Amino acid sequence: MPANDLTQPEGARGASVIVVGGGVTGLSAAWWLARAGVDVVVIEKGIVGWEASGRNGGGCSHHHSPLFAEEQRLWPLMDELLGHPTEFQPNRVRIALNEKQLALYSRAVVNARHQGFRIDEIDARQVRELVPLAGDNVFAGHYYHFGGHANPHRTVQAYAWALQALGGRVMQHTAVTGFATEGGRVVAVDTDQGRFGCDHLVLAAGPQSGRLAGLLGVDIPLKVARAEMIVTEALPLMPLGGVDGNGLYGRQTLRGNLAYGGGPHEWVETEELPGGPRPATPLMLNIAKRVAELLPLAGHARIIRSWAGLIENTPDGRPVIDRPEGWDNLTVATLSGVGFGLSPASGRAIQQLVTDGACSFADLSSLRLGRFARLEPDWAALQGWQAAAMAS
Amino acid sequence: MSVDPRSVAGKTLSVAGHAQLLVIGAGPAGLAAAIEGAQRGLSVVLVDENPVPFETMGESVPLHFGGRVGGVARNRNAMMEAMLESAPDLATAFELGVDVRLGTACWGLYANGANLGWMPGPLAGLADEESGTYLVSFERAIVATGRRDMGLAFPGWEAPGVMGATAAVQLATRYGALAGTRAVVLGTTAEALLAALALRAQGIAVAAVIEQAPAPVGPDDLVAELRAAGVAIRCGEVVRAVETDLDGVRGVTTSAGVLACDLVVLGIGAVPMVDLLDAAGCVLAFDAARGGYAPVLDEAARTSVAVVQAVGDCAGIWPAKSGNVAIAEMEARYAAAVAASALGEAGEAPSAAPPPGEATYDIDAYRKDWVRASVIEAAGEPYVCQCEEVTAREILDVRPPRYLDWQGADNRPRSLASLLGEGPPHPDQIKRLTRAGMGPCQGRRCREQIQALLALQAAVPLDAVPLAGYRAPVRPLPLKAAAPQSEDAAFGEQWDSWFGMPRQWVPFWDVEEEYTVAGLAVEKPHASE
Repeated sequence: MPANDLTQPEGARGASVIVVGGGVTGLSAAWWLARAGVDVVVIEKGIVGWEASGRNGGGCSHHHSPLFAEEQRLWPLMDELLGHPTEFQPNRVRIALNEKQLALYSRAVVNARHQGFRIDEIDARQVRELVPLAGDNVFAGHYYHFGGHANPHRTVQAYAWALQALGGRVMQHTAVTGFATEGGRVVAVDTDQGRFGCDHLVLAAGPQSGRLAGLLGVDIPLKVARAEMIVTEALPLMPLGGVDGNGLYGRQTLRGNLAYGGGPHEWVETEELPGGPRPATPLMLNIAKRVAELLPLAGHARIIRSWAGLIENTPDGRPVIDRPEGWDNLTVATLSGVGFGLSPASGRAIQQLVTDGACSFADLSSLRLGRFARLEPDWAALQGWQAAAMAS
Repeated sequence: MSVDPRSVAGKTLSVAGHAQLLVIGAGPAGLAAAIEGAQRGLSVVLVDENPVPFETMGESVPLHFGGRVGGVARNRNAMMEAMLESAPDLATAFELGVDVRLGTACWGLYANGANLGWMPGPLAGLADEESGTYLVSFERAIVATGRRDMGLAFPGWEAPGVMGATAAVQLATRYGALAGTRAVVLGTTAEALLAALALRAQGIAVAAVIEQAPAPVGPDDLVAELRAAGVAIRCGEVVRAVETDLDGVRGVTTSAGVLACDLVVLGIGAVPMVDLLDAAGCVLAFDAARGGYAPVLDEAARTSVAVVQAVGDCAGIWPAKSGNVAIAEMEARYAAAVAASALGEAGEAPSAAPPPGEATYDIDAYRKDWVRASVIEAAGEPYVCQCEEVTAREILDVRPPRYLDWQGADNRPRSLASLLGEGPPHPDQIKRLTRAGMGPCQGRRCREQIQALLALQAAVPLDAVPLAGYRAPVRPLPLKAAAPQSEDAAFGEQWDSWFGMPRQWVPFWDVEEEYTVAGLAVEKPHASE
């Protein structure tokens, strides 16, 4: 069946599973569902991967997550599984420029070793050997024999193409307006392009997940924030592109550009009509300062772009991947702002929740929605997660 | 109420100065705006990136200088003097108390709005060789950044000597720094014909004007003037190849023969320089009567960002305006009066400038025809994006960049159609997958060609293809020079790589059953990520 075919009669446009949200989580879930032989449609308000899924640092090293082991197992296989390049590159060096940073980064050592993964503690000289652009200001570092990074744009499109190759469909430029329900079941998704029937609904709509789940009476506590990144012109490739630290996340891309982000975020109001601006700010300069500290020998490299993305966050910052109580055929997923690297594993977990009702390879209990059952109603104000009054 | 210590709350950007009215660009429009603003009692800062540093010009930023910048451009004092001499109104502005900053690029304009409320007010990012990078605050900005030229690929177009008409004229007339003697001009737009005349006036021979269309599209009087001067206008031709030596171009081969020249001047499409406006979030629209993507302006010359106005070529290019600088100056004086009035300086409003009439030729067909004849029907596969070395075929097939050397199992061709879905082709999507437009020239040489390629393939008009987005910094900024000269200590004290949430990175085997804010009273170690 051709992708994006709007010529089919109205009644045939549904699917066994509808995934709302063409970001990296929704696309991965849909791809895993299609691999499992499920007829699946992804409904996306704009273009696939246009929001945070295509604007992040591309990191793949989430050692705190129950999905970590599966993330690590899958990434080296993804190019072959998807049939398109993701630019995945294994391993990472994290550089501490002072003792405080080293202490902070050392928790990763504990987490990774606890799960049987290897991290080496390396001294300043070893850091400089591995990272030719590093300078005399290195305090110490860690070498992760796992994790790594990939190209978000290429990966998102690879999921979409691989999904289409399996007969799945992606409806871009299609905005969800509501849901039709019967008893405890979601039976159709209403959009500005008409109604799509479904046997199961997956909500993976990023910052819109809270608003859309609310239409079904499901409360996913979320607040949205804006974060920023910068990228430089291409430099000669370092032996390892996965280099970060000094309060930054990011990488040297396979093309040679340095792409880094970090620093203070800004809480913003959830958009009722998604698709507004994603403005970057002069925070670019503060990020540049820290990139030049991290990689002093790249101080001459010129910034050629900066950008911002909007990210949804749960109160504890941990994902929700769950089938909410009260619904027979609903699965919700928010990766709480850290979804790109986990996507191979999160998509598979979502697929299993849909098809099997449980995840076979990871303990998702820490990602249950129910953990917020006794959350204070004014949790966002208590945590200071509120948009600033506009100064002008 | 609590404050999230890792958020922007309580962090202050360092701002080095303030302007009631900031004018960006000191061409005729910018100068007229600055002078009008000063005369109406505003404190005015006027910045212009010219003279642009020699190395920057060498990389064809901000114009397509095409490696033909003469050695005199290394002498910064001489360039500065030449610039002052070329624009006597700069002296007038000085005398009126305008804070004129030459050699100062504006790389970003920022205003609070949707999804952004952090800044103390509207800010502009500036950079110059002496002061480095800094921010100034402003109340109103008038953008007068001028124009640049649509690039056009043909085999050899990366050779030194192939350049934009705007760059050629600027080097020749303002600085006397155009390293060339004999030009072939491509295109018969008003701007191409005016460039041919301007180059001749500077003693540069024009070997021919080449036009792919059957007849010139520019104004008849300019065509007649060139022909009277003995310049051949050869229609129905395109450049098939260039001959080069160590210095670059020494001749072109067209479909009709060989022409000796050391300059190939691209004049097929002058486009508004909207980089700063787009990066600032101003709404733009493709308007054939204004030469391409131009800011959507209200009756008071304001963009959709209320504190930002646009005048001169960056607000629209049409033949009558290109031929008569008074129109741009009228736009500028009117906009400055609007700004002054908004800032409480009453005064008589000058009359508004005449708007463009209907487009005098079919820009849609004209640009597409050039791209079809020159790029698609080229012998060989020239790079459309020179920075990232991407060909038209690679763009239309959405191929991964060659450096990946991708030999995937899935070798089915991926066409634009498989990306499009129900929407128009978006060059930003193509850019991210092919890298076309992602290089250091920030897509200035390939943007309009890619627009035409995508429109041709999808069989839609040019205006159905969105503008490939510009992002600050719209001029490349070295990391070290970009670092703030002073930074509020609050940044460093709270700088985490991510959000610094107390429970986000706690390992999953150590997470409590329930989460409450009150529960945060119990501290847990957490790793940053």
